[in-house]
Amino acid sequence: MPNENQSKPASAWNFLALPNDSTVKTYIMATLVCLVCAVFVSVSAVALKPLQQLNKELDKKKNILQVAGLYQEGIDIKEAFSKIEIKLIDLATGEYTTELDAATYDERKAAKDPALNIAIDKSNDIASIRMRPKLMPVYQVKEDGVVKQLILPVNGYGLWSTLYGFLAVESDGQTIVGLSYYEHAETPGLGGEVDNPKWKKIWAGKKIYADNGDVAINVVKGMVIPGSTGEQFSVDGLAGATLTSRGVSNMLKYWMGIHGYKNYLSNIQANGV
Amino acid sequence: MSNDTKKILLDPLVDNNPIGLQVLGVCSALAVTTNLGTALVMSLALTAVTAFSNLSISMIRNHVPSAIRIIVQMTIIASLVIVVDQVLKAYVYDLSKQLSVFVGLIITNCIVMGRAEAFAMKNPPLISFVDGIGNGLGYGLVLMLVGTFRELLGSGKLFGVEILSTVNDGGWYLPNGLMLLPPSAFFIIGLLIWGLRAWRPVQVEAADFKIKEVNGTEAV
Repeated sequence: MPNENQSKPASAWNFLALPNDSTVKTYIMATLVCLVCAVFVSVSAVALKPLQQLNKELDKKKNILQVAGLYQEGIDIKEAFSKIEIKLIDLATGEYTTELDAATYDERKAAKDPALNIAIDKSNDIASIRMRPKLMPVYQVKEDGVVKQLILPVNGYGLWSTLYGFLAVESDGQTIVGLSYYEHAETPGLGGEVDNPKWKKIWAGKKIYADNGDVAINVVKGMVIPGSTGEQFSVDGLAGATLTSRGVSNMLKYWMGIHGYKNYLSNIQANGV
Repeated sequence: MSNDTKKILLDPLVDNNPIGLQVLGVCSALAVTTNLGTALVMSLALTAVTAFSNLSISMIRNHVPSAIRIIVQMTIIASLVIVVDQVLKAYVYDLSKQLSVFVGLIITNCIVMGRAEAFAMKNPPLISFVDGIGNGLGYGLVLMLVGTFRELLGSGKLFGVEILSTVNDGGWYLPNGLMLLPPSAFFIIGLLIWGLRAWRPVQVEAADFKIKEVNGTEAV
């Protein structure tokens, strides 16, 4: 018995007695270190995945609630979100579709999936996003069963990064409630001011489409002159962030246009939600 | 705590500060100090990584073939950083979003590698662990100092709480936009190092060369 106890560990670990620089020991050490590290990383990644996904979902929901003006610090996000119904629309026709499950649909993944996306023609790609999903989710905010707001995901290129956000529109499909970004990497203090609550407030009440149906909403350079024509379609530019402002402008032009939500919004203007 | 341990733990704060004296890890110090929240999380993340990488590298130090020494260190550090990143994503999602790639870049932070190579390869595990914590704290101290200046002057807040009410929100303080951009951290760290070396002249490095004095009569 004692013999066995002594010989067993010695046989498994006797490479440790080799000189450190021997080839065999180098290989064994490299393999062992890699193995231990790989197991360590995989275990933690797998164990933490559910929590991370929950966080991601909560974050997105929080952003949707924020742009709808329903978010306050400390509220129960799940409960507040129960007021919101998710529907999928086909951008080409502007009709609702049940082709895929709206609750689990991820438009950002879909934009990269060849089966679900469409390459945008260069001349039309004013938002510089190259691909867009065929289907987009619409978040309908209801009050007592009546749809009050439509929340539409938008994205487009600013100066450094693609900005991802939501545009909230009243149920008339024409009046903006708010615009809010949940992900971007613009310059802090300049383009990053798209997050400034004061700037975001200006968007409320602005109109998207001109009388002839063209997308008229835009971000102007400098300040909008009160009382000027087009005041209802214009938003003050961000000081020192011409390119980010232009990006926001282009993104809305694209997403509110014929390749984006225009078909859907004109259906709503004609027939209600 | 024995005097030795105490010295190893506290030395990196002032006397042997990784940023102040060794001027390591400056890249991330520029990037994550726009507000105190991210600076604090980054300091904790780096402290954890340095401590545990020192601990594990020190445990196997006698059996690491010198030919693959650096790769073994990198593998261990990289694994720790990935795990820290995963933990942040799971428990402090908002802050990890702000830190974005910089947590991943701890892998390339010279402080971690520097301590592994300079200390953990030559010392027993426990004391290496303490050394890692000490250096993490030294890094954190500088980050918090820089973060305090940048957040206060750049957005009038500390930890997101308004201290100086800014003009944008109807107050009187006009924020200094430069403070939110990376160069300001360079200036602040530069001033800190200057201050530190004026206070502790021992830390002043010997000049690499002397500028030759020229006499008026001598041809230049």
